[in-house]
Amino acid sequence: MRAVEDALGITIPDNARIIRNLITGIQYVQDHVVHFYHLHALDWVDIVSALKADPAKTSALAQSISDWHNSSTAYFKGIQDKLKSFVGAGQLGPFANAYWGHPAYKLPPEANLMAVAHYLEALEWQREVIKIQALLGAKNPHAQTYLVGGMSIPIDPDSQNALNAGSIAFMSGLAEIAKEFVEKVYIPDLLAIASFYKDWAGYGAGVGNFLAYGEFPNDTVSNTENLWLPRGIILNKDLSTVHKVDHAKVTEYVTHSWYEYSDGNDKSRHPWDGETNYKYTGPNPPYEYLNTDGKYSWLKAPRYENKSMEVGPLSRMLVAYGSGHKRVQEVVNSVLKKLGVGPAALFSTLGRVAARGIETLVTAEMIPEWINQLAANMKKGDLKIHSGEKWDPSEWPAEAKGYGLHEAPRGALGHWVKIKDKKIENYQCVVPGTWNGSPRDASDQRGPYESALIGTPVADPEKPVEILRTIHSFDPCMACAVHVVDPDGNEITRIKVV
Amino acid sequence: MNFSDDALHKIAESMEPLSQKGVSRRDFMKFCATMAAILALPASFIPKIAEAISGKKPYLVWLEFQDCAGNTEALLRATKPTAAKIILDILSVDYHETIMAPAGHQAEKSLMDVVKNQKGNYLVVVEGSIPMKDGGVYCCISGKSAVDIAKEVCGNALATIAVGTCAAYGGIPAANPNPTGAVGVKEAVPNATVINLPGCPVNVENITACVVHFLTFGSLPNTDKFGRPYFAYGKRIHDNCERRAHFDAGQFVRQWGDEAHRQGWCLYEMGCKGPETFKNCPTVKYNEGTSWPVQAGHGCIGCAEPNFWDTMTPFYRRLPSVPGVSIETTADKVGAGLVAATAAGILIHGIGRALSPKKEEE
Repeated sequence: MRAVEDALGITIPDNARIIRNLITGIQYVQDHVVHFYHLHALDWVDIVSALKADPAKTSALAQSISDWHNSSTAYFKGIQDKLKSFVGAGQLGPFANAYWGHPAYKLPPEANLMAVAHYLEALEWQREVIKIQALLGAKNPHAQTYLVGGMSIPIDPDSQNALNAGSIAFMSGLAEIAKEFVEKVYIPDLLAIASFYKDWAGYGAGVGNFLAYGEFPNDTVSNTENLWLPRGIILNKDLSTVHKVDHAKVTEYVTHSWYEYSDGNDKSRHPWDGETNYKYTGPNPPYEYLNTDGKYSWLKAPRYENKSMEVGPLSRMLVAYGSGHKRVQEVVNSVLKKLGVGPAALFSTLGRVAARGIETLVTAEMIPEWINQLAANMKKGDLKIHSGEKWDPSEWPAEAKGYGLHEAPRGALGHWVKIKDKKIENYQCVVPGTWNGSPRDASDQRGPYESALIGTPVADPEKPVEILRTIHSFDPCMACAVHVVDPDGNEITRIKVV
Repeated sequence: MNFSDDALHKIAESMEPLSQKGVSRRDFMKFCATMAAILALPASFIPKIAEAISGKKPYLVWLEFQDCAGNTEALLRATKPTAAKIILDILSVDYHETIMAPAGHQAEKSLMDVVKNQKGNYLVVVEGSIPMKDGGVYCCISGKSAVDIAKEVCGNALATIAVGTCAAYGGIPAANPNPTGAVGVKEAVPNATVINLPGCPVNVENITACVVHFLTFGSLPNTDKFGRPYFAYGKRIHDNCERRAHFDAGQFVRQWGDEAHRQGWCLYEMGCKGPETFKNCPTVKYNEGTSWPVQAGHGCIGCAEPNFWDTMTPFYRRLPSVPGVSIETTADKVGAGLVAATAAGILIHGIGRALSPKKEEE
């Protein structure tokens, strides 16, 4: 959308900017909480251990870290009873064959029970708060109101078929629910769990370079100097300098990817000149291994000035921190202080998990502000949602090219488009999963996942939950395979990270 | 504490009714009533549904192939019943890559335990298309191709529910020129019993209705020629649309954000594909009835129809004509004809245009 708007020189109306900010903002909040509780927590939380918890002590623990209302002994007893009956019924479903009882689990039974309770509460909560996106986007997932030039959701305080005061009330109520849960449940849980896993501030660092395109325009989309979360690059873990982003320096290699370039596989290409020609050279399935000396991935290897870059909440928070974003600095400093660690701890698996929580909090705080902006526009009679002058392709130039940069929940997302004769001539997406999950490039530089696993201790090679912790901390968008081999190259186990 | 699988299965033999598993009778009956409503059954069926699903939890495995997990996300938004109830109380979801706790060998064990121990007696949900080209190399999980996994898992299942348009018909990965040879489950595994629940994403209430239909009647729901159950895909969006009165009155939106758009007039002129699309979106909606595309001012893009990416585009071009304004029609009678007409891009002035009060500018 932004790439085409850039190519055609379209400026979207202010209401479209605000609605897009709200859709993306509530997506961050909801997605990060789902990631923490439902996709990542079970790497740190032992559900079976929760059966041994004392509900009274769990209640005391919960009340010591938060004034969230669901914290009585009876409440936790109820959760534990439900868990007992679930386990006792013998069909463990998605929790069967997991790593329960593994020595790498460090939480006391009471903390595990508290986390299980909040796992269930978060399932209910996420379904409610994302209705902000469903209202503005028609449905969630897969919002369907985006148009080149604006949005399709009309605004009119005097219509029952448009966003009106009722919609403002609906969103404000959900925004309050969203923020309260993040403040009183997610952040306290994150701090409580992290305090038992501080050693994970020493593992999973990755490549040490962080790219953020920035997001949430404060005025027009084209003013990239005025984004609520700033655009920038941190190199070699040096927070003192935030480098500028130039999209022309983004290129992709296919040296170890199952594609081929017309002018050779050891050169990289900018997305405007990108090529996507499949060239599978791997074994025929079924197979046990891929030969990682050759091509071994469907992901291309994106690089910025030939460097590997990590993208995601940690990158955004580091760039914001280094750029002097006041609220981000406050929350980061407060989290570091509560955990008793220094800023170096951010460059780790634990730092990645913490940054996601920090971003959730500051974003949840901003959502009411965007709702207020929308209401203020309505009040002054600004109902415009779409810039229609280039809607008809007959208004387009014979050739155009553009790019659009966005921050998806899991990281920097760029689209590059070339338009010729009113049709797409080339469209390339460089997505967060390819930055973080990148295979090696022509000079054998590793991507963030691969680098982050170096030095990870594994207590039981048959059950390498430690590897899941680091890979899941990136919020991967796909299944990927990690094989654990001994120093002689013999496979000990293999895990499919899902 | 560890649980051996033998012990688990022994316990599983002596299952108690759902009401003893933390589901209150009131909640449970409410769920049954909702299912009865979605399936358009009289209230007298409620006890029957309750009886059918009060036994041992049915095993379900959820496979993801060329997908975006959008249907998984939809599952997490379920309210009738909630995702927690589906996952913990009503079904035994033993394999689901996105939400399951184990990984690697342990995850594969969970899948194989169901395929082997519950052979012919479990349900499968598939999300995502299956690439057939070049020996299936374009989607491999733990070294096995998606097509081989689907053959084994769906081929040994009681029934497979293909959720979302990709699993049903190939969806976006199958869009021309379909570089990976992506197809839906039924085409990849012809001998499997498959119900298609297309949509982008699926409406999760249609999944539960399908499961309950099976448990209640002991058979899968009747379907149209595209494998879609009539209870959810039996009528055109156009025929249940909240804006239908504006279509009939010739009141059309002509510009995003104009007075007509703000007043909720018909989106036909903005390219709405509701007249060609069979699905219960207007009544079931999304996110617990919060909205659906037409309500949010955007036309239907026909995402529940086979090959929609090729046949329904350009999304913003007005349909050439709207045949058969009668609601006495199903996809079997008109669907293929409509799709072909759009694909060919024949520009016949539609009935809507003829009724339109504004003079044509073309």
